Amino acid sequence: MSDKSASAYWSANIRLITICMVIWALVSFGFGIILRPLISGISVGGTDLGFWFAQQGSILTFIVLVFFYAFRMKSIDREFGVDEQ
Amino acid sequence: MDQFTLNVIVVGLSFALYIGIAIWARAGSTSEFYAANRGIHPVLNGMATAADWMSAASFISMAGLIAFVGYDNSTYLMGWTGGYVLLALLLAPYLRKFGRFTVPDFIGDRFYSQTARIVAVVCLLTMSITYVIGQMAGAGVAFSRFLEVDKDTGLMIAAFVVFCYAVLGGMKGITYTQVAQYCVLIVAYTIPAIFISLQLTGDFLPQLGLFGTHTESGLPLLAKLDQVLTELGFSTYTDHHSNTFNMVLFTMSLMIGTAGLPHVIIRFFTVPKVSDARASAGWALVFIALLYTVAPAVGAMARLNVITTIYPNGTAEAPISYDSRPDWMHSWENTGLLGFEDLNGDGLIQYYNPTDAFAETAAERGWEGNEITNFNRDILVLANPEIAGLPPMVIALIAAGGLAAALSTAAGLLLAISSAVSHDLIKSVINPSISEKNELLAARISMAAAIVVATILGMNPPGFAAQVVALAFGLAASSLFPAIMMGIFSKKMNSAGAITGMIVGIGSTLLYIFTYLGWFFIPGTNMLPNTADAWVFGIAPASFGTIGAILNFIAAYLVLAMTKPAPQEIQDLVESIRVPRGAAGAQAH
Repeated sequence: MSDKSASAYWSANIRLITICMVIWALVSFGFGIILRPLISGISVGGTDLGFWFAQQGSILTFIVLVFFYAFRMKSIDREFGVDEQ
Repeated sequence: MDQFTLNVIVVGLSFALYIGIAIWARAGSTSEFYAANRGIHPVLNGMATAADWMSAASFISMAGLIAFVGYDNSTYLMGWTGGYVLLALLLAPYLRKFGRFTVPDFIGDRFYSQTARIVAVVCLLTMSITYVIGQMAGAGVAFSRFLEVDKDTGLMIAAFVVFCYAVLGGMKGITYTQVAQYCVLIVAYTIPAIFISLQLTGDFLPQLGLFGTHTESGLPLLAKLDQVLTELGFSTYTDHHSNTFNMVLFTMSLMIGTAGLPHVIIRFFTVPKVSDARASAGWALVFIALLYTVAPAVGAMARLNVITTIYPNGTAEAPISYDSRPDWMHSWENTGLLGFEDLNGDGLIQYYNPTDAFAETAAERGWEGNEITNFNRDILVLANPEIAGLPPMVIALIAAGGLAAALSTAAGLLLAISSAVSHDLIKSVINPSISEKNELLAARISMAAAIVVATILGMNPPGFAAQVVALAFGLAASSLFPAIMMGIFSKKMNSAGAITGMIVGIGSTLLYIFTYLGWFFIPGTNMLPNTADAWVFGIAPASFGTIGAILNFIAAYLVLAMTKPAPQEIQDLVESIRVPRGAAGAQAH
């Protein structure tokens, strides 16, 4: 693998990690804690959306994020020819 | 058949299963002992990781932690699951590609320094030993409650079972027993929750029931809970009452602490490929979420159940009398975890929160204080089947589940401890020419020694056993997590920077914890009172791991700026761990 494609592969990975981490922080620290007052108007089963994110939504999002990352990385690996044979 | 016999049979059967697996999955090489020959399917590894991670604290205590506080303790739910995102994105695939057996192995080789390796071993041993004491003590409690044996005898039985499969099978034996233990604990946890959800809301899934409608009142379950709590002077369940800044820091500490725990990280060395390590973290999270999404439902429903049991005709009417209390209250009073005192002498159980705001109402009703004087929150999960009136078989399952949770975590920790001693100290530092056969023997001996030490400490748990869990997370967050992350994401990071970072991270975290909890947790030696007013910017000692990690990063980069970057061959090594190709098979070295 050439230096150029190695650095392109790594920046593709970093870009994907950054997107996932932004969502990770948004659903937990954001919707679950800091931004809860902003979305308190949306009610869910006797409480508000922020409570749902704090106790259930964030966990479900985490699962989706990890599988999404694993899935996307597999195709990025193939694209740059660094997948495991 | 009485409850006791049933408990013995169910727990006995589960133990027989674990020992059977141990005999089947013996380890023949160091690669099998440390990393199960890297042949574990990612889904099975996910299941084993879930059991490895979910300890007696998750199984027994977490629902209670949420039940008695409500929304503010969502930190545990987000923190203990969000760490797996960090693990999957930032650590696990690269450590798997690196292809070694332990965490200090990575730190020692990446930072080309025996000092770095030894600092990592010290961090690992401190956090793992403190953590394992809690597991052994938890197993002892489960034995004494359900099997009516003396706590120490119970601990010896538990130690013998762990000895069988951990010493014989190493990582291979531990992995397959953890898969079995996961099945036992998840069945034990969900069955009572499903029944309670059906009783209260008519929803089969507790996850839906939590946000469903309380059948009896027609109100949403959480609205009903908030209502009865307010009527008794308690703070509401769903509202935010704590310091937001501290809540964020605490959640973050739990997340990065989880990602930095060595006994969790080493589980990802057992899968065949780098892509498997990424997917396996997802499966681990799925299996953990099965329990972690049920726990808040169990918490809210149990809290409501307790109140409606005590106030069968509504909170405005009289509570039940002490003589007519249900059997489960009676049996938990015997253990000392539940206490009642008839303060106003009327024979009824007044359960409320005696705050100033509620004093007038209490006086009107002739109440002279909260009469449930002691309510241990661990009771909630353990008594759940009894509160809901479920058959004795379910209670026996809870006993087996609690033990499975404690033993599976203990085994993972013991493996992390023994591999740090045999591989990182004996093989890498003391005697590098040791043969593989002797290293395997050394691994078995250090495992046996670790079990003996953990059992003795479990029999005489130091008074600070509860506080040390916070310490373990704080240490993992402030020392190992930043060091591993910089080792992967910063090619130039050198040994001086990493070592300084780890020492600054641990040092500042220990200093902050000891300032409020006492030097080495000795009561009375704290320099400041452990109250929110005395904390710097309202940061609780348990939340300091995040700050420790930030200080670690800052110190490391400052030192890097003043010293020479890592040599070229190390930078090439970092290049190679960043790409998945070429990870197949176990590398001996």
